[in-house]
Amino acid sequence: MKVKSTNNKISRSLLYVVLLILTAAMLVPFAWMLSASLKLDKDVFIFPIRWIPQNPRWMNYIDIWTKIPLMTFVGNTVKITLIVTFLQILTSSFAAYAFAKLKFKYKDTLFMAYIATIAVPWQVYMVPQFMMMRNFGLNDSHLAIIFLQAFSAFGVFMMRQFYQGIPDELCEAARIDGMSEYQIYSKIMLPLSKPALSTLTIFTFVNTWNDFLGPLIYLKTESKKTLQLGLKMFISQYSSEYGLIMAASVLSLIPVLIVFLSLQKYFVEGIAATGVKG
Amino acid sequence: MAKTITEAQKQEKIAALHEKRDALSLLLRDAKRTHERDSLIAKIETIDEKIKKVRTGEILTRQEKRNLVAYSFIAPNFIGFAIFTLGPIIFAFVLAFMRWDGNSPMKFVGLKNFIDMIGNARFHSSFVNTIVYCIATVPLTLASALGLAVVLNQKIKGRNFFRTVGFFPYVASLVAVAAVWNMLFSPQKSGPVNMILYNLGVHAKSLPKWSADPHWVMFTIVLFSVWKNMGYYMVIYLAGLQGINAELYEAAGLDGCNSWQRFRYITWPQLQPTTFFVTIILTINCFKVYDIVYMLAGGSNGIVSSQAMVLVYHIYEEAFRNWNLGYSSAVAMVLFLMVLAITLVQFRGEKKYAN
Repeated sequence: MKVKSTNNKISRSLLYVVLLILTAAMLVPFAWMLSASLKLDKDVFIFPIRWIPQNPRWMNYIDIWTKIPLMTFVGNTVKITLIVTFLQILTSSFAAYAFAKLKFKYKDTLFMAYIATIAVPWQVYMVPQFMMMRNFGLNDSHLAIIFLQAFSAFGVFMMRQFYQGIPDELCEAARIDGMSEYQIYSKIMLPLSKPALSTLTIFTFVNTWNDFLGPLIYLKTESKKTLQLGLKMFISQYSSEYGLIMAASVLSLIPVLIVFLSLQKYFVEGIAATGVKG
Repeated sequence: MAKTITEAQKQEKIAALHEKRDALSLLLRDAKRTHERDSLIAKIETIDEKIKKVRTGEILTRQEKRNLVAYSFIAPNFIGFAIFTLGPIIFAFVLAFMRWDGNSPMKFVGLKNFIDMIGNARFHSSFVNTIVYCIATVPLTLASALGLAVVLNQKIKGRNFFRTVGFFPYVASLVAVAAVWNMLFSPQKSGPVNMILYNLGVHAKSLPKWSADPHWVMFTIVLFSVWKNMGYYMVIYLAGLQGINAELYEAAGLDGCNSWQRFRYITWPQLQPTTFFVTIILTINCFKVYDIVYMLAGGSNGIVSSQAMVLVYHIYEEAFRNWNLGYSSAVAMVLFLMVLAITLVQFRGEKKYAN
């Protein structure tokens, strides 16, 4: 018995050691980012690494706003992200309700159109899509990025899967009570689907906030660029202003960090649900 | 639409519909297979609706109204989806057989784009690099994600904190974390990672130049990719682990199995469907890699050398730098076929694991 418990203790402490090493590997880049963001450029690469700067240089966080039009970039990104997330939530939950709970002509055909696009990554059709948008006169506009992101098949699949788990009897009963389909959607289905909506919200938010290739292709005017694009531009232009680059990077992470920490549960559940079932 | 019809015309129409209905009922009596019967019953119901429509003089039958309601639900998403996704996809297939620079008219060139591709050295390296990236990244990510998930599935203090930490690189903005990596793995001797290696006794001259070195650039990209994405797959594995019946572990405990044996004979085989799924998703995501390469190996002008370029980068440069839109779509078709092949494997696998 004694031997077993010492064995247990050893394996437990081993577990913690492994965990600490892993956590360090995950966190060190972020810690280094934070630390470098408070240093003078010449101090960033001093070895051994000084994790807590002697004279934290908070000026970096002020300078960055004047060095590049950071406020414009943030504003653009917030605008695009909010509109895309709103449109995505609204239109896909709307469409998913019909696919899950209504019977109508060409239902299977329409749904097949969504399914057929699963195996086609965006990268395959980004070029013709760009040419089409250019034809519509949407080149170099935020509207292009919004249209690009807002109507994904993913949202429809996810919401449909969730609605299918809600018993049909609930809708039937509401119909007998004389509710219209729109009322059933807004008064019964929408309140019930809060978990799925939260998952979709956080996925869409993070994806749109972090998107790089889309804005890279479409947005050319500096005043229209998103935060990611602006950050990359800044890094290329001032590649040796290490402190400022890191300060800007820290700032760009904060909104995602907040959303992620507050809605983490839904994020994890969402991956697990879509992941395990495919 | 004030189309008035006389009573006689109405009766005539109803009679004709009834005749059709009777014919279908006869067929229904003889039909044996269920799906045949179902479709016949549906047809009869439609005729019943039509009869009612003629009788009451309404413009729309109930089913037609229901259809319209359903379409109004679907339309907002579907119209956007059809214009901005479905349209471009069809366009992409056509474009692969065309020559087009975006301004002059398109010209049909048959398979020429595909033949050009075979002779293009940059296509070769991008294809090979994508495969190499994939072969290196998939097993490494899989192993780290599984390891992390198994450790974080134990009852330990601060489990949720560790899970959050493991997952955060995945949601963090790529531009920001790539900027840190580029500094940590700076090719100079003064780069933090190189400084550590130097202090561990690596000779100054043999310090790797990471993304600036043709031999190390792919390794750097793979390392970064594993670090950035393992949290996502860890979450999938955690869900898989929670699905394993706890009684299996209890039985193993009674039989005196050690941790390794429990992993080898219970966890691993039980996780097979999850592993299969993770492998599929990972492979497809590896085929689509672009921005990681652009950030780590693109330098300040965004031009990637042939040692690091991948398929999507080749599509991008041919389309938006050289305006060879047809050719770039042909390359996109190669990417599509690769993803399609993996998706078909997935469908077969899903059938297998569903039973």
